Amino acid sequence: MTKLQQAIEQTKIAGNKAFVPYIMAGDGGLETLKPTILKLQEMGVTAIEVGIPFTDPVADGPTIEQAGERALAEGVTLRKVLAVLASFRGEIQVPLVVMTYFNPVLAFGLEAFAKACVAGGVKGLIVPDVPLEESEILRDTLNSRGIDIVQLVSLTSPPERIARIAAASQGFVYAVTVNGITGARASFADDLHDHFARLREASQIPVLAGFGISTPEQVVSMGALSDGVIVGSAIVTALHEGNLEKIEALVSASKGVFQKSTL
Amino acid sequence: MANSIANSVPTKEGRYGKFGGQFVPETLMTALLELETAYDEAMNDQAFTEELAYYLQQYVGRETPLYYAENLTKELGGAKVYLKREDLNHTGAHKINNAIGQALLAKRMGKKKIVAETGAGQHGVATATACALLNLECVVFMGAEDIKRQQLNVFRMELLGTKVESVETGSKTLKDAVNAALRYWVTNVEDTHYILGSALGPHPFPKIVRDFQRVIGVETREQILNKEGRLPDAVVACIGGGSNAIGMFHPFVDDETVALYGVEAAGSGIETGKHAAAIAGGQLGVLHGAYMYLLQDENGFVQEAHSISAGLDYPGKGPEHCYLHDIGRVQFDSITDSEALEGLQLLSKTEGILPALESSHAIAYTAKLAKTMSTDDIIVVCLSGRGDKDVHTVRKALGGEV
Repeated sequence: MTKLQQAIEQTKIAGNKAFVPYIMAGDGGLETLKPTILKLQEMGVTAIEVGIPFTDPVADGPTIEQAGERALAEGVTLRKVLAVLASFRGEIQVPLVVMTYFNPVLAFGLEAFAKACVAGGVKGLIVPDVPLEESEILRDTLNSRGIDIVQLVSLTSPPERIARIAAASQGFVYAVTVNGITGARASFADDLHDHFARLREASQIPVLAGFGISTPEQVVSMGALSDGVIVGSAIVTALHEGNLEKIEALVSASKGVFQKSTL
Repeated sequence: MANSIANSVPTKEGRYGKFGGQFVPETLMTALLELETAYDEAMNDQAFTEELAYYLQQYVGRETPLYYAENLTKELGGAKVYLKREDLNHTGAHKINNAIGQALLAKRMGKKKIVAETGAGQHGVATATACALLNLECVVFMGAEDIKRQQLNVFRMELLGTKVESVETGSKTLKDAVNAALRYWVTNVEDTHYILGSALGPHPFPKIVRDFQRVIGVETREQILNKEGRLPDAVVACIGGGSNAIGMFHPFVDDETVALYGVEAAGSGIETGKHAAAIAGGQLGVLHGAYMYLLQDENGFVQEAHSISAGLDYPGKGPEHCYLHDIGRVQFDSITDSEALEGLQLLSKTEGILPALESSHAIAYTAKLAKTMSTDDIIVVCLSGRGDKDVHTVRKALGGEV
């Protein structure tokens, strides 16, 4: 079992749901990256998704896109982020999952990127514009170095495809909860329950729900359907506004969901 | 043809050599797979191809003439120049060939809504037109910068009943309009078809756009054989993403005697960094679903393209063009903004034809090329669109009052 999966399984054993915040690396300056990661680690998150800014983030909504534009204005790049992670690697216990679009990885060079991930203690990689069909090259390069390639499943993925993605994904399966881009949603489709039931049946590894989850109530309701949640835009906004209480509330909503949902 | 280059790509994975592919969010994968199946079925259904042929003839006005530009030929004093008059299509450019084809396909697939991106506005107008004709709801994303440059086309789209959404992010041009259109499609994928306007994007789009634009080259081949009894020595087309060029080139790819020239936009000059010539000045990368030549910095951040012509103002080149470049089948060269302006004036004055700024790149290149060839040689140029939409820009560039 990989480090990433292990961390999620442990939250399950403790009766909690996994809580994975997404941060935009270098939003507010690259010097904020270390304190942000250490603060989230202290709050007891399960893993941290470290987003890399990109000029053309097609899977992201306005909140993350604007955070990315702020980070780009600060001169943040994939190389620099991995170098910062390497600089305090010894202090990082929580698994880090890098979320980047594919082109910065290609420009870095796959081998060089893989080595920099190892140096930065990265445990997983999410590339939203590399679907299953194109993902082999990433697994070939990164698996041998102990880095998981997390694949996304969407509401539009048919059952046969869900099964193949679940079998290929590593660490966890990233279940996209909406048709659309990242960002807060007021509501979700009614048939999510069936979708997650099928997905969890098809998957040998944990299933985490992400996209649109922005309130403690949604953490609870989505957590009930899955093994945990990924919260992006709400975390990015809270960090931008310096509102740590909001993050605390989201994290604590993930604790004890398991017991509640089975009562 | 056992050794056909033209028929060897794309592979079933959507690859053109190493180029192309499907680098998109998972939410779109099912839509792309469905689109591929629906497209293959449609093209094998005689009722569909007959319906398309009907609209191309009766509505678009095909076939378009292959016009011998005698005055231009005399002026240049070299090869005989023929113009494939795509500017005479309904809506004034080749874009309608693809827009009608994809709109009919969307209807067949039961999709009621259309989303599209546009740069110069020509593809937006063509899509808005097809949607008005076929009673489809249409939204077009357009960069805020392009909206400023192409006010008239924005109004045309609105007159046709289309909603034009201004894109205020990134460089506010074509690439950002594609981002916005992709996001819209991801969100509304169940009832919406994305009519991509260039030979770009994830598989099967580059193939679909190529196939719907092939009519240009197919007609040209037959017309030149009728007029001259032989194939041309050279075929020239401008390339932004590459839709008019691939449509023109594809039927000639297996004709070894026909030299193919793709003309990129050099903007202020390749050396200035302000250009749209991804093959001359880009590196391999992934944008909008495809692996291709791309203008980018050392960190993989996509750079803004620069061209006086909004339709060539895109930082990548379609995957099939990248492949044809790599195997040496198409020769790529570039033309600057000022050379294109000269080309535009040259054709206007010699032939009374005002070409689009995009097509003016092909004219300017032909002016150079023809002089190096003999009077027995034949060049065919794809005159992809008319220049009415550019009068404002040209007047400003030439120092007139705006």
